[in-house]
Amino acid sequence: MTTTLAAPDRSALGRPTIELHDVRKTYVMGTQEVHALAGVDARIDEGEYVAVIGPSGSGKSTLMNVLGCLDIPTGGQYLLDGEDVSHMNEAQLADVRNRKIGFVFQQFHLLATMSAQRNVELPLVYAGVPAHERHERSLRALERVGLVERADHRPNELSGGQQQRVAVARALVTEPAMILADEPTGNLDSSSTEDVLGLFRELHAAGRTIVLITHEHEVAEEADRILVMKDGELT
Amino acid sequence: MGFTETLWTALDAIRNHRMRSILTMLGIVIGISSVVVTVGLGQGAQDDVRKEIASLGSNLLIVSPGSSTSSTGTRGGFGSSTTLTLSDADSIADSSVVPDVKRVAPVASTSVSLVNGSTNWTSQLVGTTSAWQQVRNRTLSAGRFFTAAEVASGANVTVLGSDTVSELFSGQSPVGQTVTVDGQQLTVIGVLKSSGTSSTSSLTGSSSSSSSTGSSDDDQAVVPITTEQRISGTTSTALSTVYVEAKSSATLSAAYQEIDSLLLNLHSITSSSDADFQIATQDSLLSAANSTNKTLTVLLAGVAAISLLVGGIGVMNIMLVSVTERIKEIGLRKALGATPSAIRRQFLLEASILGLLGGMIGAALGVGIAMALPSLISQSVTVSPVALGAAVGVALGLGVGFGVYPASRAAALTPIQALRSE
Repeated sequence: MTTTLAAPDRSALGRPTIELHDVRKTYVMGTQEVHALAGVDARIDEGEYVAVIGPSGSGKSTLMNVLGCLDIPTGGQYLLDGEDVSHMNEAQLADVRNRKIGFVFQQFHLLATMSAQRNVELPLVYAGVPAHERHERSLRALERVGLVERADHRPNELSGGQQQRVAVARALVTEPAMILADEPTGNLDSSSTEDVLGLFRELHAAGRTIVLITHEHEVAEEADRILVMKDGELT
Repeated sequence: MGFTETLWTALDAIRNHRMRSILTMLGIVIGISSVVVTVGLGQGAQDDVRKEIASLGSNLLIVSPGSSTSSTGTRGGFGSSTTLTLSDADSIADSSVVPDVKRVAPVASTSVSLVNGSTNWTSQLVGTTSAWQQVRNRTLSAGRFFTAAEVASGANVTVLGSDTVSELFSGQSPVGQTVTVDGQQLTVIGVLKSSGTSSTSSLTGSSSSSSSTGSSDDDQAVVPITTEQRISGTTSTALSTVYVEAKSSATLSAAYQEIDSLLLNLHSITSSSDADFQIATQDSLLSAANSTNKTLTVLLAGVAAISLLVGGIGVMNIMLVSVTERIKEIGLRKALGATPSAIRRQFLLEASILGLLGGMIGAALGVGIAMALPSLISQSVTVSPVALGAAVGVALGLGVGFGVYPASRAAALTPIQALRSE
C-alpha cells in the first residue's frame, strides 16, 4: 500500500463532508406531485464509511443523484465539503463533481475504446491536469487498486472485478472528498464482490470518506453506519 | 479541458468509428471534389479563351464590317460585305491620321479547295499584307513570310498553317512545293508554327469580328491580298477584317477612338450608333466569351453546391446518430466533470474535423480528376490554389455549421438520463 494516495490531511476529524438540511426533491407527474425526497436531514463526517440502503422506489436513486451532484434538490440545503451546492448550475455542478466526488457505478462505465490508464486519467483531463502529471497520478491510482500491470489493457480485456477496480482507481485519482459508490457490486460475482469490498475497506482504513448505496444487506454491513431510506425519508 | 485534449478526444472518436466517419465524409468528399472540378472546368475554359485571344496578337484592335452585312458576309463568302474596304485599311495605316497605330493587316478571306497531287483539302484562303505576321504575332516553323513586294505584285506564294501542312503533305517538308487553288499554282514559301490554341471558332460565335477569319489558326493558307482577290475573282476591295496593332497597351484606347472617328468620317456617318463597322478589343472579346462560360459555370457550381449541402446534412445526421449512440459516454464524461460546453466543443470539433478531412480528401480527388480530365475530353481544367483553399474552407464551415445542432443536443443531456439509458 502506498501512502501517496492517502486522504488529504484534514486535521480536524469529525468535520462534515456531507450535510443535508431538509433536502426535498419533488417531481411533477401529470397532476400528481411525487416527493422522491421528502425532507432529508443527514450528516456524514470525513473518514466515515456509510451505507445507504432501501428498497427500490424508496428515493434511494434520487438521493444518490443529489449526493453525487448529478441533480439539484428542489428544496433544502446540501453542503458538500463545506460548499453549498443546492443552487448550482450545470457547469458549476460539473466542476464540483470533478473535484469532490469519485463515482463508482454498478455498470462500471468505462470507455471501451480507451486503455485502463486513459480511463483513469479522464477526470484529470477535465480538471485540466497536465499530461505528464496525469500519467503519473493514474499509474499511482492503478497501483493502489493492484492493476498497474494492466494499465494498457482495454476494459474488454479485463474481468468484471478488474473493471470495477479500474473504476475505483478512476474515482480515487482526483483525491475527492468522497467516494460515491452506486451498487458497486451489483454486477459482480461473489469473489469479485469480496475483492471490491476489500478495496473499500482498505480505502476506509486509509481515511477515505465512502458512501455506498446498495440494496444488499450483506454489502451494507461492511459500513460503519447504515442509513435506511424509506418513502423519501432517511431513518 | 484544453484544446489539445479535446482534439485528441475527437480524433479518437473518429478513429474508433472508422466506417461511420468515412461514410460521413463521403458526402463532403463528393461535394467538394465536384465543386473543385466544376470551377476548374470553368476557369480552364476561360484560360483557353484568354490564351486564344492573347494569341491573336498583342495590343490588337479588330475592325470588322457592320452587323447589317455580317449575316450575308458569313454565308455568302468572305469579302462580300462591302462596308470595310482596302482603302479604309490604308487610311488606318496612315500615321498622320491615326498616330497611335503601329501596324495594320487587312484581311480578305475565302473558302477554297487546296490540292497537292491527289490530296484535296478544304481550307481558308487568307489574303493579307506582309504586316500580318507581326500583327497576329505569328512565328514560322519553316521558310519565310511573303514580302511587301510580293503583295504588290500579287505573287503566287503561300504560307500554310501547320494543320494544313499535315493534311496536304503528310510529314514531308512543303517549302518549295506547290499547291493548286482554282487552277492557280501557289508556291509554299513558309509554314506557320502552331498557335497552340484549338481554334478561333469559339470566338466566332460570340463576336462577328472574328467570324471574318472563320477558320482555325492552324488550318489556313495565307497569301498576298492581291493574290486572294485574283483567285476569288472579285474586283471588290471589301475586307472581312482589319487587324490593327496599337503602339502600346497605353495607347490602345486612343487608337480605338482614332479609328472609330476616322471610319465614321470616311463612311459619312454622323451618329456612332449607325456605324457600319465594329471595333473589338481583346478585352471585349474576352468578356463576351467569359459571360457565356460564366453561365455554364454558375449552373454547374450550383449543382455541386447542392451536393455539398446534402453532404452537410449527412454530417448532421451522422453526428446526431453518434450523439444517441454515445449517450452513455456523454453521461459518464459529464459525471466525471465535463461541463456542457466541454461536451459541445468535443462534438463540434469532431464534426469540424470530419468536414475538414472530407474537404481535403475531396480537394485531392478533385485535383486528381482535374488532371485526368483534359486527356479525356480535350478541355483544360485549371484548379487554382485559391479555389482549393476556399473549397476546404467551405467543407470546414459545413462541418461546424451542421455540427452545431448535434453538439448542442449532446451538451444539453443531463448526466442522469445519459447514464441511465440502456
